[in-house]
Amino acid sequence: MIKYILKRLWQSGILALIMSIIVFLGMYVIGDPVEMLADDDWSEEDKIELSIELGLDKPLHEQYLNFAGDIVKGDFGTSFVYNRPVLDLIIERLPATLEIALLAMVIGLGIGIPLGIYSGIKGSSWGPRIISFFTTIGYSTPNFWQAILLILVFAVFLQWLPASGRGLTNPMFGIEWSLLSIDGLQHMALPAINLAIYKICMQSRLSRSGTQEILYQEYMIFARAKGITRSRIIRRHLLRNILIPIVTITGLEIGGLIAFSTVTETVFAWPGIGKLLLESIHMADRPVVVAYLILITLMFVFINFIVDVLYAFLDPRIRYQK
Amino acid sequence: MIKMKTSKIIFNSLFYNIKPIFSGHYIAIAGLIGFLFFLLIALLAPWIAPQNPYDLMVLDIMDGLLPPLSKLGNGTTAWLGTDALGRDILSAVMYGLRLSLFVAFVAVTAGTSIGVLLGLLAAIKGGWVEIVIMRAVDLKVSFPGILLALMMLAIFGTGVDKIIYALIIGVWASKARLTRSAALSEMQKEYIDAARISGIPNWRIMLRFLLPNSIAPVLVVAPMALSGAIGAEATLSFLGVGVPITEPSLGLLIANGNDYILSGKWWISIIPGLVLVSLVLCINVVADRIREYNNPYLKSQDQ
Repeated sequence: MIKYILKRLWQSGILALIMSIIVFLGMYVIGDPVEMLADDDWSEEDKIELSIELGLDKPLHEQYLNFAGDIVKGDFGTSFVYNRPVLDLIIERLPATLEIALLAMVIGLGIGIPLGIYSGIKGSSWGPRIISFFTTIGYSTPNFWQAILLILVFAVFLQWLPASGRGLTNPMFGIEWSLLSIDGLQHMALPAINLAIYKICMQSRLSRSGTQEILYQEYMIFARAKGITRSRIIRRHLLRNILIPIVTITGLEIGGLIAFSTVTETVFAWPGIGKLLLESIHMADRPVVVAYLILITLMFVFINFIVDVLYAFLDPRIRYQK
Repeated sequence: MIKMKTSKIIFNSLFYNIKPIFSGHYIAIAGLIGFLFFLLIALLAPWIAPQNPYDLMVLDIMDGLLPPLSKLGNGTTAWLGTDALGRDILSAVMYGLRLSLFVAFVAVTAGTSIGVLLGLLAAIKGGWVEIVIMRAVDLKVSFPGILLALMMLAIFGTGVDKIIYALIIGVWASKARLTRSAALSEMQKEYIDAARISGIPNWRIMLRFLLPNSIAPVLVVAPMALSGAIGAEATLSFLGVGVPITEPSLGLLIANGNDYILSGKWWISIIPGLVLVSLVLCINVVADRIREYNNPYLKSQDQ
């Protein structure tokens, strides 16, 4: 097991390195920072001076090492727009994104998995057909469009829930959370549901096909032949086995939710890192974009690592591979 | 010896199964008809649209924000209303549909071709070629598509060509993986050995024998890739990092209307949205049926 973990750790390191090189090449080599920073009335000498100041006259590998060194030291530069350290900006907005992503995750798993198992066991009776009808519509509807409909129905027509912002927040561990106030929860409802709908649909379809495949495995037929009760078969044999694909997908989907929250946050004006990224792309605030991409890449590498380890933990066949 | 062109074999494997896939599955048939309907509108848009929405000269700002069925200044009827610039929504939706489908088709075709070729190459070459290709696939697959697309668009800027590149990046990897595993199992078979012994060069084996025999899994998921690409393009355009504002796709039309939704002018956003959702839904229903037909586990239950 330890050998397996070390191997994965090594691969994760390589992955992080490659992605940081891609982001570096993309942001620093393809675009020209000097042209972006310089005003129109700057002379050529000013520009050369600036490029020396930014270290752009040095060879490429040296520039990359500087770039990577700064990241390791936690220095992501200063935002052009906010004129503040980028890392502060991102850390400040991270909790808002995390809380809706986690809430959406809980809703998605809590509703999606039971629906999927139910559909898988019941085969093609009416219940599963209705569920499949709604999940097909659910995952065919783009996220941003669902968001608009949610706002239109619940905020404009019914006026039950607020359409934008975080509402009141309460502190815990020195961080402000909307989860901890009624007003905050009301503000969270629509964005979290918006993120969760897709999760519910995907999760339910995945658990459904997982259940169907497992139902016809020999050990299931054997368990039934042995006369084990239905509920015990479901708990002991079915649930455990569909857990494996679900863990993988769920792990990757946490990252996916955070990435997708760019859309949700933009529509609901939710002040998280996704909205920050889009605003920064629009305003050409390069340090923020670079920092976001690097941090989210690291986060993905980390999540993938955890998922792989969990996966091996759940499925001994993987652990004992060479 | 039977002589058959590679393209013909692929064509047959595409259409040979149409009848058993669809017969008796009315939802899937409805989806297929719906998709063909949208495709037809997209193809014929320049000839059947009441107005050219790209031509700013024909727009009259006095016609702005009219609800559906209103009369325009020039006497024609705007069946689905107008937007803030006085653009006829029906025409805008037709052109938007055309652009959305075009972008998605090009991206999926190019992405799938690249993926299939890389998959075949990995299977037949082995060694470091295979390692490099499959590691690149792993790299791509471990990140969500939307994030990579945003990354690409942040680096290269926006535009129709840029969004096609971004979507291609999203498509190729899973196709390469599917093709490689299909090709690897194909290569175990005797006809490949026979071809090798006859001295047929590798590239010819790859294109003439492996390609038609290992493309099926990719074709099965192609409709899914298409609806995914349409959704992704709409999302990116909605976020303002996709197609340029002068050539609105469905996503951008929805974004334009979004500003007016709180003041009750729902048609600008809702109508392109309904078209987008119906289009994706039609494709997904067909895609689901094709996948179900090709999945032995699900089939045993079905019949």
